[in-house]
Amino acid sequence: MSRIFRITVSHSILICGVLLMIVPLWLVFASSTHSNSFIYNEGMQWKIGGEFFDNYDRVLNRKGGFTKEITASGIFYNSFIMAFGIASLSVFVSMMAAYSLVYFKTRFSTLFFWLIFVTLLVPLELRILPSYQIVSDLNLLNSYAGLILPLSASAIATFFFRQYYRSIPEELLEAAKLDGANSWKFFIDFLVPLSKTMIAAMFIFMFVYGYNQYLWPLIMTTSEKYWTVVMGLKMIYGGNSVDRYTYVILSLIPPVIIIVFLQRLFIQGLFQSK
Amino acid sequence: MSYLELDNVTKIYPNGTKAVNETSLSISEGELMVFVGPSGCGKSTLLRMIAGLEDITGGEIKLDNRVINKVDPSERDVAMVFQNYALYPHMNVYKNLAYGLKNKGESKEEIEKKVNEVAELLEIKEFLLRKPGQLSGGQRQRVAMGRAIVRNPKAFLFDEPLSNLDAKLRGQVRIEIKKLQKQMGVTSVFVTHDQVEAMTLGDRLAVINEGVIEQVGSPIEVYEKPATYFVAEFIGTPQMNFINGKIHANKFISDEFECSINKDVKDQEVIFGIRPENLKVSANGSIKIKVDLIEKLGADSIIYGYDKSNNYLCYRENGNTKIKANEEISLEIEDENYHLFDQETKKRLN
Repeated sequence: MSRIFRITVSHSILICGVLLMIVPLWLVFASSTHSNSFIYNEGMQWKIGGEFFDNYDRVLNRKGGFTKEITASGIFYNSFIMAFGIASLSVFVSMMAAYSLVYFKTRFSTLFFWLIFVTLLVPLELRILPSYQIVSDLNLLNSYAGLILPLSASAIATFFFRQYYRSIPEELLEAAKLDGANSWKFFIDFLVPLSKTMIAAMFIFMFVYGYNQYLWPLIMTTSEKYWTVVMGLKMIYGGNSVDRYTYVILSLIPPVIIIVFLQRLFIQGLFQSK
Repeated sequence: MSYLELDNVTKIYPNGTKAVNETSLSISEGELMVFVGPSGCGKSTLLRMIAGLEDITGGEIKLDNRVINKVDPSERDVAMVFQNYALYPHMNVYKNLAYGLKNKGESKEEIEKKVNEVAELLEIKEFLLRKPGQLSGGQRQRVAMGRAIVRNPKAFLFDEPLSNLDAKLRGQVRIEIKKLQKQMGVTSVFVTHDQVEAMTLGDRLAVINEGVIEQVGSPIEVYEKPATYFVAEFIGTPQMNFINGKIHANKFISDEFECSINKDVKDQEVIFGIRPENLKVSANGSIKIKVDLIEKLGADSIIYGYDKSNNYLCYRENGNTKIKANEEISLEIEDENYHLFDQETKKRLN
């Protein structure tokens, strides 16, 4: 009896959580399949309407902005490139930094670690003027490199990799050394495969971070060709409600693809190690 | 012929701790040398210096007539079995064995042949495609051995490889290691703090204390003629009995008893040591103890008791003893089997 009660309670809590996540999304999705005038008169809808293809086709391919140079699909592409670049670069850089901090013990490695860690206190928003200056001096305004590079050193990812590497037993390195692995081989043959799960987690984390950027791309792009998702929501699809719903749903797709794809690896890794 | 030679090897850590102090030792080809000592005595450090995992502060290590002080661990041609095996968790057994060979640049066919040979030898063929996480402790131990063997090194180094196994398995693996080592005839160094392992495995033992080798010799030599007080105390269970006293006119005199000495020793303060099995009950024995505790181990009984000057002594008797706690018994020394140590230098005198 008490078991059934317990299951009922825990499941209702879980179901509430699921609903909390799903309901707003469904509402936006269902509303995005109606015509604009219908939504304008009737408010947001629970049921799916008949305008799905029209709406999605229009939003994806209509040129927007002042110069009509960019479409929503172009915006998603830009953001995907930016987020992907930030995620892969920052995972790579953080792994290398953590590797050197943990395995190449110099007298100052702890100091270096704390210096890196302290940069958490100076987010991009705080150093946006010098960052802009540097990127502009390097002639990287209005380019993918300019969007990606200033955001691709992550103290938090370095911290996580460092903690993970420190948990790897020292004997593993020693055994590998006796087996003739040099530092590079140890990194590629051991640390990379062993930290697969950590890589997946950090990649997701940094991808979402990159995808959600607003201020940096807003400041450093003057050409509409380089607009990103959050800017697009503000600039192109600010007015018409149905277009906005459609845009929101579409903008979810790139991160969802990444998460679905990496989640497998993530879970697989979790089970493998036990 | 000396094959692995340590010449005044010293290790001083950056913080000034002296882990190994001017240690010299030569190990001949095919010999199994055991480093035994309490934890923190420097035995593992010494082994790791041979492996190249610790820098050598002073002295020289030679393997097969080549000084290897500055040689990279992978080029030293030694293989090591670690305490926790240090198997590569993300590689299956085959890849674990093949990794070292692959790094040496051997061909695929060659690697496959060697790995299969070793897998056959160690009976791990059926596990080749499993990962270390799916193996039992004993199987992991075999894989760790296999990884050492497959490289066909000049020396095996074992760093307490049996301490993670349960008692029964430990006994089995010990015998297997001994057999394999003899069969392959590879010079080996085995580090342990377990004296049973040391006694049963070693061709010779090096008893190490505080970074210094106290004695090198065959297990029986070390047991029967411990060179120092430390060795006498460390080797043997139950421990040797010690009684403080002095030598006067070739007689050992303590508060408890006297006994004439069969060898000329000058008059001085000494420690008199006697193993439990060299005592026997005798009606007119000179050592009288009041029994405190009796351990019946089946084949032996170990009897502990206090003598008049409150030394805690123990003696070993066969089988199911009739002696009871709180009984007074007299013991005498069998066949003049005793050990004398200088109280100052702790060195053996007889």
